[in-house]
Amino acid sequence: MKLSDLDIRLEPLPAAFPAWRADVSEWQWISAHQAVREEGGYLVALWGADERSRGRGFAVHGALATPAGLLCLVLRLPPVAPAFPDVSEIFPAAIRMQRAVHDLLGIEPKGAEDQRPWLRHGAWPADQYPLRKDFILNPSLAPEPDEYRFVAVAGDGVHEIPVGPVHAGTIEPGHFRFSIVGEKVLRLEERLGYTHKGIEKRFEAMDLLEGAKLAGRVSGDSTVAYAWAYAMAAEAMTGITPPPRALWLRALFLERERVANHLGDLGFLGNDAALSFGLAQFSRLKEDWLRTHHALFGHRYLMDLIVPGGVARDIDSGGTARIRDEIAFVRREVEIIKEIYDEHAGLQDRFITTGRVTPALAAKLGLTGLAGRASGQAWDRRVEFPAAPYDQLEVQMVTHRNGDVAARVTVRFEETLESLRLIGEILDRLPAGGIATTLGVAPEGALGLGWVEGWRGEVLVALHAGANNAIGRCHAHDPSWQNWPLLEHAVIGNIVPDFPLINKSFNLSYSGQDL
Amino acid sequence: MYQILKQIVKTGIRTERPPQPDEALRAAEQRLKAAVLRHFAGCLTIRHVDAGSCNGCELEIHACNNPYYNLEGLGIRFVASPRHADMLLVTGPVSKHMEVALKRTYDSTPEPKLVVAIGDCGCTGGIFGESYASCGRVANVIPVDVAVPGCPPTPTAIMQGILTAITARAGK
Repeated sequence: MKLSDLDIRLEPLPAAFPAWRADVSEWQWISAHQAVREEGGYLVALWGADERSRGRGFAVHGALATPAGLLCLVLRLPPVAPAFPDVSEIFPAAIRMQRAVHDLLGIEPKGAEDQRPWLRHGAWPADQYPLRKDFILNPSLAPEPDEYRFVAVAGDGVHEIPVGPVHAGTIEPGHFRFSIVGEKVLRLEERLGYTHKGIEKRFEAMDLLEGAKLAGRVSGDSTVAYAWAYAMAAEAMTGITPPPRALWLRALFLERERVANHLGDLGFLGNDAALSFGLAQFSRLKEDWLRTHHALFGHRYLMDLIVPGGVARDIDSGGTARIRDEIAFVRREVEIIKEIYDEHAGLQDRFITTGRVTPALAAKLGLTGLAGRASGQAWDRRVEFPAAPYDQLEVQMVTHRNGDVAARVTVRFEETLESLRLIGEILDRLPAGGIATTLGVAPEGALGLGWVEGWRGEVLVALHAGANNAIGRCHAHDPSWQNWPLLEHAVIGNIVPDFPLINKSFNLSYSGQDL
Repeated sequence: MYQILKQIVKTGIRTERPPQPDEALRAAEQRLKAAVLRHFAGCLTIRHVDAGSCNGCELEIHACNNPYYNLEGLGIRFVASPRHADMLLVTGPVSKHMEVALKRTYDSTPEPKLVVAIGDCGCTGGIFGESYASCGRVANVIPVDVAVPGCPPTPTAIMQGILTAITARAGK
């Protein structure tokens, strides 16, 4: 089955990358997912919307990466008892997304095997749905008892270790249920949703300009990626293009965010394998890097610098000189420490073969982003569908096939060096001119998509316009949705004390997935 | 080993002078006696609780332990259990789903204990505010001694907050 055989009318969307939308029937919803799978594509995001106020019912949207670009399927559903066909048999990554659609909108995935709640714990009743437009939280309602059915593993000597939501380290909250024999992990089941703080509902009280700040706080470590994806979506739906200098500065910020996070992770990965030298060295480099952000752009993590229409801060010749010196210095230091990591027998013993995800499993379950590239999944938004200025930059994609902690470390090292090169090239070719333009007006009901390769993986922002540039609906999608389930697989057969190391090698976002 | 030692020597000591306490961050009257505070000042243990943050504040809490700020060099360290902690460092608007866990963590921390709320969200609920899913600021759920604003607050501000919590109010 091919997508072109399905008699689906593809409607090109204005976007910074190739994108189409298509209204589909129930049957086409399934067959289009199937066709994309067969053509080598994958599911990027799946979200629902309440469009009853616009004289319709509900809708579900499926964003699919195809070899030609991003395809957004729209399945319209009735206002009463909305339900859609389950696609988790085709794309297992859909399981949790479909459960979230049910929790937030009461749209049922028909025939899905796992019908447990995902984002809803007990904060609101099971028969009320926060993202419905007529949702009103009754404060007198007592929170429901929160009894989640974990899958139990039976057998001689099997026991469980419950971990979290409050963890031992300085990390985000979530619950991990290990079933183990001795030291060996038989099964890990994650339960997330603890940091669900109503982000998508919050968007709906904002207009297109205000939403940028919130988008930059979906997952703080990826603030640039989210702010860019959001701005890209807002600009597409209002029909404007930011000045070239603004786009190049955005790429500068995105690559600097990538380097900052990779430096931090490389330090923690050394530390989790008992090489505290690595943490000391990398956290020093990261601190220098953040101080440059503060000195040149006024914020250590570059928050609120990307705004719809452009960027909020420019760079002068003193700034470019400082960054040029810095990238030369950081490159030298990273190369020295990389050699130390590579030759450290104790470290490599912990890294190699630990937490392995084979390329076959990664492809089947949809592992994406950095972790995906470490398991042979050669997708990088900056390479296949390069939005400006990446169309002029020729990013060298880094892939690896071993899929273990060592591979994810190697990908981080090499991506760091590639980003340092890109930063130099961006500075060399930074066009002159203005850095922002005024946002236009989005027609009510318009769909805007933004798709950015953040340091962790692809961030998608889907914006549905309300009246007068209000946000009708905003779905911000983190690559962690795809990758959390793979962590459950990566730890099978490993020993419990290796879990922190494996977990860190993925370094997934809780807040980005919990919304 | 030679390469590691060479790199350590070349890097040198990067630790900077720590900041001073800042009375402006105090959210409640100092409850602890000077004798207790003197004890804390030499060896304070902290349990961090992310009660729903975007993870931005966590990045800066991590930075407090980098060689520049070297929080541990002041005798202040992070511990794995609230039962070992003198202070809770709480980030985020408190999500409804973390409300019970935060209260239990607070109850598990032995007296005398201190709470420092970190970030605009911890101080006021921030951009997420109060909603069907968010309880808003940390003080809506547990008592707070010191609140450090910022999005996220810098490591220096976080350290000032911690140091303020373990100092007697100036002039008293």
